[in-house]
Amino acid sequence: MEPLPSLKPLLAVLVSLGVVPILMSSRSANVREAWTFGAAGLKFLLVLAMLPTVLEGRELVCTLAEVLPGVAFRLRVDALGMLFALVASSLWIITSAYSIGYMRGLQEHGQTRYFCFFALALSATIGAAFSANLFTLYLFYEMLSFATYPLVTHHQDAEARRSGRKYLLYIVGSSIGLVLPAMIFSYHLSGTLEFTSQGFLPRAGSPVLLGVLLFMFLFGFAKAAVMPLHAWLPAAMVAPTPVSALLHAVAVVKVGVFCILRVLTGVFGLDLLASFHLGAAVACVAAFTIIVASLIALTQNELKRLLAFSTIGQLSYIVLGAALLSPKALVGGMVHIAMHAFGKITLFFCAGAIYVATRKKYLSDLVGIGKRMPVTMAAFFVGALSVIGLPPTGGFLSKWYLVLGTLQAHQWPMLVVILTSSLLNAAYFFPIVYRAFFFQGDQSLSDNTTQEAPLWCLVPLIITAVCTILFFFYPFPFLRLAELAGL
Amino acid sequence: MEEILGLVIARYNYWIYITLMMVGLYGMIAKNNLVKKIVGMNIFQTAIILFYVSIGVKKGATIPIIEHSHDVAHQAVRAADYINPLPHVLMLTAIVVSVATLGVALAVAVTVYQRHQTLEEDEILKQIREP
Amino acid sequence: MNVHYPALLVIIPLLASFFISAAGWLRPVWCFPLAVAAMAGSLLVSLGLLVDVLLGIPGLYWFGGWPPPWGIYYRVDHLNTLVLVIIAAVGFVNLMAARPTVERDFPEKAGPFYTLYVLFVTGLLGMVVTGDAFNLYVLLEIAAITGYALIALGKGRAALSSLHYIFMGTIGACFYLLGVGYLYIVTGSLNMEDISRLLQPLHGSNVVIVAFVIMMVGIWLKMGFFPLHAWLPNAYTYAPSPVSSLVAPLMTKVMVYVMIRMILTVFTLDYAFLVLKLNDAVVWLAVIAIVAGSLLALAEKDVKRMLTYIVVAEVGYMVGGFWLGNRAGFTGAVLHIVNDALMTFCLFLAVGNIIHVKGNSRLESLSGLFRTMPWTMGALVVGALSIIGVPPTCGFFSKWYLLLGAIQSGHYGFLAALLGSSLVGVVLFFRIFEIGYFEPLGASHGPAHGEGGAAVREAPLGMLVPLWITALSLILVGLYTGEIVGRVIRHAIPEMML
Repeated sequence: MEPLPSLKPLLAVLVSLGVVPILMSSRSANVREAWTFGAAGLKFLLVLAMLPTVLEGRELVCTLAEVLPGVAFRLRVDALGMLFALVASSLWIITSAYSIGYMRGLQEHGQTRYFCFFALALSATIGAAFSANLFTLYLFYEMLSFATYPLVTHHQDAEARRSGRKYLLYIVGSSIGLVLPAMIFSYHLSGTLEFTSQGFLPRAGSPVLLGVLLFMFLFGFAKAAVMPLHAWLPAAMVAPTPVSALLHAVAVVKVGVFCILRVLTGVFGLDLLASFHLGAAVACVAAFTIIVASLIALTQNELKRLLAFSTIGQLSYIVLGAALLSPKALVGGMVHIAMHAFGKITLFFCAGAIYVATRKKYLSDLVGIGKRMPVTMAAFFVGALSVIGLPPTGGFLSKWYLVLGTLQAHQWPMLVVILTSSLLNAAYFFPIVYRAFFFQGDQSLSDNTTQEAPLWCLVPLIITAVCTILFFFYPFPFLRLAELAGL
Repeated sequence: MEEILGLVIARYNYWIYITLMMVGLYGMIAKNNLVKKIVGMNIFQTAIILFYVSIGVKKGATIPIIEHSHDVAHQAVRAADYINPLPHVLMLTAIVVSVATLGVALAVAVTVYQRHQTLEEDEILKQIREP
Repeated sequence: MNVHYPALLVIIPLLASFFISAAGWLRPVWCFPLAVAAMAGSLLVSLGLLVDVLLGIPGLYWFGGWPPPWGIYYRVDHLNTLVLVIIAAVGFVNLMAARPTVERDFPEKAGPFYTLYVLFVTGLLGMVVTGDAFNLYVLLEIAAITGYALIALGKGRAALSSLHYIFMGTIGACFYLLGVGYLYIVTGSLNMEDISRLLQPLHGSNVVIVAFVIMMVGIWLKMGFFPLHAWLPNAYTYAPSPVSSLVAPLMTKVMVYVMIRMILTVFTLDYAFLVLKLNDAVVWLAVIAIVAGSLLALAEKDVKRMLTYIVVAEVGYMVGGFWLGNRAGFTGAVLHIVNDALMTFCLFLAVGNIIHVKGNSRLESLSGLFRTMPWTMGALVVGALSIIGVPPTCGFFSKWYLLLGAIQSGHYGFLAALLGSSLVGVVLFFRIFEIGYFEPLGASHGPAHGEGGAAVREAPLGMLVPLWITALSLILVGLYTGEIVGRVIRHAIPEMML
């Protein structure tokens, strides 16, 4: 079907020009926050407005400029992009509410700058979701890297400086050093960069060359934290928790993995990968990351770092889903984008709420905290269930499809990998919850008065936890979009 | 023998200008005093000017000025009798450029002297390195 | 448009310089408006010429009515029309930004300054528009001599650096003149197209080889191609800011244009690439230039000096891109002339602002600058992203073509040098951003609001507006790359190029 030309994708990206009113209202915190909510709400509505068209199987296109011969700065809304955009835009609204509670609760400095760059980062995320070709995707990927740097280094102290350097080194170094030459080489081979349903690279090519290109893309999009280019993610945990929550559980890392999905499906095409047996190679790298990340998470004592390593593992599920080259696995990987986002963000919200209420961030300090913050820890439990992949949470659904996919592709080792990592996930999550509720901690925590985090923090995490459960029963529209995308 | 004669003696203008150029370059590079360097630069430029003029020469030809010019329009001019005037004209421009460069260089050298009280390059560099 | 435009382009600023010089003696307050009028005139004429070229009418002008090859002949075609617009635009915008600094630092020399400024732009415009080899030498020296004098206006080491520049620049120009002389000996002509026609049967001759080599060396000396760049860092660093933001973006790029014009129009590509087979060697020289420029930039503790080494590396990009010998490389080189002029201009203007406010451009002085000079630093960020090569700024697109050209010709050394220098750019600029953004090392969490030493404020509006016009143009030019390449540069590529 012919794609529909429309301005809506462009408008959805540009909504974040709301950064200007945010800047101008730096004196009045409430007005400023109102602008943020307004922009976030508007973005979500625009994305939602395009949903019916996409569900019918049509696409929306907006071409801005033909910048190179055969390459345009173009936005296209298709099923996969819509899935990601829905997740990102809905969670921005929730995270904005949470940010207010967190930043005000800690009386953080530089809040205007924070909200501005947050808006820019979301703009880049939606732009990446709606990119029609590799060039536009690269543009928004870089924009995201630079927009998130001030957020990661928000605290402006020595530790933030070090983490900022690591962030830049891994993410910008890999995108300029690996993705850029790979992209130009792909253009050299095929004269175009537009994503198509069968990939645009020529079928007749040397397998070595195609393999090298594939791995350049895989490691070049370091935001997907495929090992060994994962070290920036734990380092980025120095950022304020809302940053870690939205960006490093949802936006930044999902953009990385989204880019890899686009490359696998739209640049190479599953047929090409199958004919050169490249799927297996990628699957091995993904499997390695899944297992090793889960193992490292077991050894962590700081909550956010544990969640970071858990994220690294979970992201590779999505890569694995595509690398298995089977339709069910692909659906599973795509749905996992949504499910993991909601589950992980709940967990990060809880970590942040704990910090705001008690200033504690180490696991050893969280013993017995369930008595003091029951709602928070209950939400944590739900989030953990989703990440592990147990019913009645959405995470179960995506894991189910992934497992079916490994069976469909006759890849028994991968089945073992998935099941093992689920066990490992349980091994590092359940003790936290168990010790929080059933053990006695030190005095300050175990007096029976409940002292939860502020309401602005609490409500968002309840919402996301509830959504996680909701998606188990009503996975629409994510499941439908993933199925459409896999066609 | 023929060849050496042909190479060296017949083309003596080339050898002269090359030698002058090298002298100029030597002055610019090896001398320490700024004014001597500037003089070297001028010699360098002059060498090229001389070269250009020399290539316009023809055997048995005279300087390119036509006498009784008011009735030249009625006479044909035999080009072979006059040496090529174009290089001369070009070099007038080049001489002007050379003089302008010389002027600017000397003015800048005066400024350098006002700042450092010396025109010897090694002393100036020493002054700069230890303020 | 008017048939006299090619001549007006040069005549307007030339005549204006006389009036400005007179005004400098009689009524100094008229100097600035006259200079603005001259620059605006040139800018409008160059835009008119651009429109003409886009419509398919190249601008041709015979001085004195003498047809070529007897007369001097000016020609505006697809290759030089964009360069003309850029020179005029940079000259105009920089004039606005220069005013506060001139009025504060050397008001008694305002008359001579504006005269030299306008003459410098005259020289550059003339170099680009002329079709006569000797005329190019004359205009080259006009630009060079005024450049020397402008640079010498600075404080401290400026005079000595200018003198060194005089020495090396004169050698370069004289080599060029010598090359023209050799060509004249064998062809008897000075008109570029005529020489080209007459050189066809002579391609095997030793004279032509020597002429080519000497000319190239002279041009490379004047453009600062490593290792003939030694004059560049000192001259551009110690010059006053309004001068370095005029000279640094333009002089080297115009010399790159001269190199391309000489090879394309006079010697023809056949000769340079097929007969002499110099491609590979020159591209490797360019690789060394890029690597050396980037590494030397890393070692610098002063932002302005660091930028001059980046200029050296960028020259390597353009020379290498052209000598790759394919369409993509050529497109990249010519596009980079335009893009690099803009990016270098933006960065030097930003550094000029910093120097205007803080007095120097050492790295330590940049501490906390994002808070006190957010507009200047914002524009610096845009310029930095362009040098690094981040879309949609223009720097990305010229890098794209250069990288594509490197892949197409299999020159992976050049590819690696380009990518490496982008990464070095990230390090260079983020070092600056870190100092400007973070607290001094050793301070604990939480900045001190209201601290900030002596009252450091943002640069004056007269310097911020031109800076932001330039920064925005980096993005606009980037988005319009398709138009620029498709409508202009593509037509400048000779058909025989791969």
